[in-house]
Amino acid sequence: MTSPHSHDAPLALALRGIDKRYGNVQALSAATLEVRSGTVHALLGENGAGKSTLMRIAYGLERADAGSLFIRNDRVRVTSPADAIASGIGMVHQHFTLVPTMTVAENIALGGRGRLDLADVARRVAELSTSTGFALDPAARVETLPVGAQQRVEIAKALVHAARILILDEPTAVLAPAESTELLRWVRAYADAGNAAVLITHKLPEALGVADEVTVLRRGRTVLAARRDDVTPDALTSAMIGEELTGAKLRSSDEHQRSRSASGPAFRAKGLTLSDAAGVVRLRDATFEITAGEIVGIAAVEGSGQRELLRALAGRLAPVSGTLDRPSIVGFVPEDRHHDAVLLNRSLAENVALRGAGARRGMIDWDAMSARTERLMAEYDVRAEGAHVPIRTLSGGNQQKLVLARELELDSSSERALVVENPTRGLDVRATAEVHARLRSAAHDGAAVVLYSSDIDEVLLLATRVIVVFERSVRELPLDRERIGQAMVGAA
Amino acid sequence: MRHEKRPRAVWRDSIVRELAQAVIVLVAIVGTTALLLAVGGYAVDSGLAALWRGSLGSWYAFTSATLVRAIPLLFTGVAVAVAFRAGVLNIGAEGQLLAGAAAAAAVAISLNGFPAVIVVLLALAASAMGGLAWASIAAYLRSRFAVLEVISTIMLNFVALHGVSYLVRGPLQEPTHIYPQSSTINDAFHLPRVVGAGRLHSGLLLALGVSIVAGWVLRRTAAGFRLIAAGESPSAATSAGRIDVMATTTLTFLASGALAGLAGGVEVLGVTFALYENISPGYGYTAIAVALLARLDPWRVVATAVLFGGLEAGAGAMQRDAGVPSTLVTVIEAALILAVVAVGALRRRSSFPDAAATPIAA
Repeated sequence: MTSPHSHDAPLALALRGIDKRYGNVQALSAATLEVRSGTVHALLGENGAGKSTLMRIAYGLERADAGSLFIRNDRVRVTSPADAIASGIGMVHQHFTLVPTMTVAENIALGGRGRLDLADVARRVAELSTSTGFALDPAARVETLPVGAQQRVEIAKALVHAARILILDEPTAVLAPAESTELLRWVRAYADAGNAAVLITHKLPEALGVADEVTVLRRGRTVLAARRDDVTPDALTSAMIGEELTGAKLRSSDEHQRSRSASGPAFRAKGLTLSDAAGVVRLRDATFEITAGEIVGIAAVEGSGQRELLRALAGRLAPVSGTLDRPSIVGFVPEDRHHDAVLLNRSLAENVALRGAGARRGMIDWDAMSARTERLMAEYDVRAEGAHVPIRTLSGGNQQKLVLARELELDSSSERALVVENPTRGLDVRATAEVHARLRSAAHDGAAVVLYSSDIDEVLLLATRVIVVFERSVRELPLDRERIGQAMVGAA
Repeated sequence: MRHEKRPRAVWRDSIVRELAQAVIVLVAIVGTTALLLAVGGYAVDSGLAALWRGSLGSWYAFTSATLVRAIPLLFTGVAVAVAFRAGVLNIGAEGQLLAGAAAAAAVAISLNGFPAVIVVLLALAASAMGGLAWASIAAYLRSRFAVLEVISTIMLNFVALHGVSYLVRGPLQEPTHIYPQSSTINDAFHLPRVVGAGRLHSGLLLALGVSIVAGWVLRRTAAGFRLIAAGESPSAATSAGRIDVMATTTLTFLASGALAGLAGGVEVLGVTFALYENISPGYGYTAIAVALLARLDPWRVVATAVLFGGLEAGAGAMQRDAGVPSTLVTVIEAALILAVVAVGALRRRSSFPDAAATPIAA
C-alpha cells in the first residue's frame, strides 16, 4: 500500500442523505458517500445496489429526490454534467461516450464552447500525455484504438477540464490484466497528487489493492464506510451481499468440482483459418480438440482472434479454410448481451422464443412458451414478475441468467455444447457465482463448454484446460497463471 | 408483449387504458379543431357541425364518406405498420398504391368480356403484384446496395405519380383521347356494394380480413415473430435467433408493397372505376399517421383508419359547407401524430428511466 492517508484529510466530495426513486423502485435511501482529497475511494455493492445511480447524481445526470451534495465543504447544486464539470468532477462511464468516427482531439474538444481550435486541443492532449504518462495520438480515430486506449481518451476528456474528482465506473471491466494494473497504478498516482478518485467496482481484490477508503451500498443504503485497513475481505463481502451468502459459502461454491464424464470430442478443428467481417485474417491454422464434459478456457487479450474463434465454434462464422467439426446446435452467450443476445423491449417469453426462431415454422404457442419460460425462470432463479415483463426491466444478472437458461436448454437428442464470452461482465458477486455454478454443472452433465473471459482469474477458476490465443495462433498451456499471462501478451 | 398469458386484472387494465386513450384522442381532435377554427377566424360552431355532418352525422356520411375513405387507409395503414415493425421504413405506400391501381385498371380494361369473377380476382391480384413490383425496386436497392429505403421509396412515389400521368395520356388513355384518364371499367367488374350502405363497397371486407390476418401473423406465427425480432434488434435476431434478417426484411418489404398495391386495386374497382392522376389524395402518406397512431398494430389500424377516414370526410364537408380550407384537417392530423409520438416517448421515460442506455443502477 501507499502512504497512509489520514482520516481527516479535507473532504473533496460528499453526498449526504440521498434519496432517489424510480417508479416503484427506491434506488437510493439516505445514501451517504464521503470522499477525501488525496484518496482512492472504492464504492462497492451488488448490481442494483445504487452505486451508479449515486454517482450519476454526483455527476448531474440524475436529480436526487432528497439530500445534499458538497464539494470541498461547500454545498452545491449540480443539475447537469456541465455543472459537475465546472465544479471539477469528471466521470468515466462503463460504456464509453466517445464518437467512434472522430479523432481523439475532436472527442476531447466535444462539449467545449465557442471557436474550435483543434491545434490547441492537440497541444493540450500532448501536454496531458506527458503529465499523465498516457500515450495519446490526437489525430488517431477513436474507432481504430483498442479498448484500453479508448478508456484513456475518456479519462483525458475529464482531465482536460481540470477534474479534481474523478469517478470511474467499473473501469477495469473491459481491460486486460496488464492494462488494468497500469490503469490502477495511474489512479493511485492521480490521487497521490492531491486529487480524489471514486472507483465503482465489483472486484474485491481490486478495491482492496488500490483503495484507501471503501463505502459499501446495499439496496440503496450505505451499510459500511471505513478505511481500507480497518476492514477484512469477509466483512466487505457480507456487507455487500447481506447475511444470507457469506464469504465462506462463496468460497465453497468455488471449489473445483471438475468432472470427466467425457466421451468423444465435441469440437475438432484442423488447420482452421478465420477472418473477420472485413476479410482480415484473425486466426490462422489452428488445430485443437474440445471434449464433452470439460470447460475449455480461452485466454487472450482483446483483438487476438478469440472473438472470431468463439463465433466459429458457435456456428456464427464460417471458416475461411481448414475444417471444424462441431455439434449441430451450440448454445452461445455473447459478451454484448444487449446488442447480440436479447430483444430488450420484448418479454422474457419472447426472448426465450428467440432461440431457434430462424428455423421455426408455423405457429408459436405462446401459452406453452410462457410456461416453458416460467420453468426456466424457476430453475435458474431468474427474478422477475412473470414471463410477460419486458426483459429490460430485469437486472443485468437476471437477464444473463435467462440467456444462459435459454442457451443451455436443449432437447435430449442433441449433443450439448455451450460457448460463452465474458459471461459475468457487469454482474455482481452473487450472480457471478450463480453463473459459474451453471457452467460447471453443464460440463458435469456432459456438455462441452468453451469459456472466454477477459478476466484471467475467471478462466483459471473454471477451466479444466486453457487455450491461449495470441497474434492469430492458438496454443494450449497448463493451468499456470504466470505462464498464461505471459503467453497472452506474447512474452513467452 | 400482448400475446402471453397475463392475469385477468392486467387485461382489464389494458382495455380500460385503450378506451381512455381513444377518448383522449377524440377530445384532442375536437379541441384542436375548435382552436384552429377560432384562430383562423372561422365560426367554430358551424365548422364543427360540418365536420360532424360529413363524417358521423348520418348513416350515409358514415358509410359513403368515412368508411369509403377508411378502406384504402386500412390497406396502406397495415402495409406501413407491418413494414415498420420489421424496421423497414417504407414511406412508399403512395407509389405502391398507384402502381397497384394502374395494374388493376390495365387488367380490368383489357379483359373486357371475360367472366366478372375472374376479372375482378385477376385485377386484384395484378394490383398486389404491381405494388409488390414497385416495392421490389427499393427492396433490391436496399439489400444489394444498402440504399436507405426512406429515400428510395419517397423518390419512387414521384416516379409512380408521373408514371400514372404518362399512362393516362398514353397507353391507357380513353379512346377519344380527350381526357387524361383511362376508359371506365365495365360495370360488371365493379366491386359489389354493401347492401343498405350507400357507396360503401365490399372492399371493406377484404381490408378487414387483411388487417385481421396481418395482426394474427404478427402475434401467433413464427414468421411474424421473426419479423418483429428483425425489426427490434437485427444483431440479436441474427446472433441469438439465427434469423436471416435481410431475407426477413426483404420479404416484409415486398408484402408491404403488395398490400399497398391492393389499396389501389380496390380503389379503382370500388370507387373511381377508372385510372386518373389524382386517384389518391395522399392515402399512402396518411397511412403513416394511421399506422403510428395504431402503434404499428394491424388490429388497431382498423380503428385509426376509420378515424382518419372520418377526418378526411369531415374536412371535405367543412370546406363545402363552412368554407374552411381542408388543409386545416391536415394540420390536425399532423398535431395528432406529434402528440402520439410525444406521449409514447414520455411513457417510455417514466416507466423505465434511461432503460435503453444504462441500467438503473450498477
